[in-house]
Order: sequence, then C-alpha cells, then structure tokens
Amino acid sequence: MTWTLILGLAVSAYFLKLLGAVIIGHWEMPPVLERCLMLIPAALLAGLIAKDTFTVGQQIGVDARAAGLAVAVIATWRKLPFVVIIVAGVGTTALIRLFV
Amino acid sequence: MHHFRAPHARRLISASLMIGVAFIIFGLSFGVLAVSAGASVLQACAMSLLIFTGASQMSAVSVIATGGSAASAFGGAVLLSGRNAVYGLAMAPVLRGGSLPSRLLGAQWVIDETTAVVSAETDAATRRTAFWISGAILYASWNIGTLMGALLGSSINPSDFGLDVAFPVMFTAMVASHLRTKAGRYAALFGAVTAVALAPFMPVGLPILVAAFGMLFGLAPQSSDEASA
Repeated sequence: MTWTLILGLAVSAYFLKLLGAVIIGHWEMPPVLERCLMLIPAALLAGLIAKDTFTVGQQIGVDARAAGLAVAVIATWRKLPFVVIIVAGVGTTALIRLFV
Repeated sequence: MHHFRAPHARRLISASLMIGVAFIIFGLSFGVLAVSAGASVLQACAMSLLIFTGASQMSAVSVIATGGSAASAFGGAVLLSGRNAVYGLAMAPVLRGGSLPSRLLGAQWVIDETTAVVSAETDAATRRTAFWISGAILYASWNIGTLMGALLGSSINPSDFGLDVAFPVMFTAMVASHLRTKAGRYAALFGAVTAVALAPFMPVGLPILVAAFGMLFGLAPQSSDEASA
C-alpha cells in the first residue's frame, strides 16, 4: 500500500463526488431532467441490493443472503420498524449459515 | 450544527445511528483488511478520512492484498466510486444555496447511504437535515470503525454474522419509498436486473453504473399516480 495510491484514490474519489454534487449540480435543472435525477436512487439502490445479494465478484448465484433479503422485503412490506428489518434480515442469513 | 435540533432530527438521528453501527463494524473489518494488506494504521485511517467510499476502499485493499498492481487497484476503485458522481447530481439541490465551504464538505459525504437516507424524505428542508445528520454520523462511524480495526488487527469475519447482507437489507428498507410511483418501480426493476445480468460480462463496478440508466424512465410523461406522490 503506497501513499501515491491512497492520495490518487482520494483525489479521484473526491473529484467524482464534487463533479456531480457541486460542479454540474450547481445549476437548476429543467423539470424533466430533475425527474430523471430523482429516479437515480431507486435504480442504483435496487441495483446494489440485487448485486450484493446475488453476485460474488463476477459470479451470479443464490445463497443464504437471498433468504435474508426475502425476510427484509417482507418486513419492509409489513411496514415494520427499521431496526426490526435489519435485525430480521441479517439474523436470517446468519442463522442459515450457522445451521445449514 | 443546527440540523441536529431541526424537526424530524430525532427520527433521522436514530435511523443514521442504526446504519452507523453497521458502518463501525464494516469500518472495523476494512481497518483489519487494510493493515493485513500492508497498510500502516495511519494509511488505513487516511483512506477512510480522504476516500470515504467503502466499496472503493475495500476493493483497492483486496486487490493489493491478493498481489494485484497499484494500477488495477486504482482502476477498480475509481470505477466503483463513479456512482458517487451520479448520486451527487441527485443530491445537488440539497447543497445548492449553501456556502462554498459547506458544499465542499458536503460533497465528501455523498455516498450510497447518505443518498438513501436523504431520498427517503420528501420535503426540501427535511432532506437537508437528513443529509447533514446522516453525513456527520456515518463519516464519524466509518472512521472510528477503521481506527479500531487498524489498531486491533485481529480478524473478525463479517459474513459469519450475516453482516454481508446488512447493506442490501438496509437498502431494501430505504428503497421502499421510491416504489410508490410507476416510474420509480420501473427504474428499480431496471436497476436490479441490469446490476445482476451484466455482472459476468463487465468489470466489477461497471454494471451498477449502467443501472443508473433506469433514470430514463423519468422521460415518460408524468402519470396520474406520480402527480399524487
């Protein structure tokens, strides 16, 4: 691990954040564009959920994580509190790994 | 910070603290990983303070740990942090109108989880409160966790505790509010399918950027259920 790599990553990670949040984001957007931007979290969060549950690196697969996600989806649909959703989802995956 | 006394602050603080606990544990495992990949305690902490985007940090450290070059560690990590630029566009209205120093600080806190906390709120003032509260709590948690992990150096395996599923589970709770509109549901479906289906064919970090094209469902004329949302 070199300082060159760390500082290089720090600069590029911060530049990417700045690019969206401050440099381009400085201007008011037309409504249609604003509507598109508001859909970004839905698309990316759903993408992250799917990726973090059904892939390892470039491999697609189903394992104990899928059960945890299923429980979380049900808990969210039943409008249970945030804490309950997390504990139920994580607990399900942990228990399956323990016993299966 | 006046945001900590704003309306809804208590609810937002407790939600952020829940994520903060997960951040401490993941920060801890990052610290352990970084040190075992040859980073000093100072380097591990510098990464979390300056880079502050978990997936990129993890991937850089794991590439180095498995003997990869600095160039490939760099490429993968930058690809993974590309989505923060897209989040930044969505978060820009929250920062707009603030002083330059506040916008420069705020930009550093634009990550998956702050975006998720903010975008679950509907009115502009609450979104601003949500951003600064979740940003401060999560930045602190991630860095405290990293320091602890780097100092401890002893390994815990997060997946033994089901913690690798903590983030998808958390995001599930957060994405729900986006599924009330038809466009939101289409965007989410597009994102989920793309992120998994493209995984075998693209370098890690790229499919999730393609998933962002789900935003194009916003081009469709606004339907009645969106107007009421």
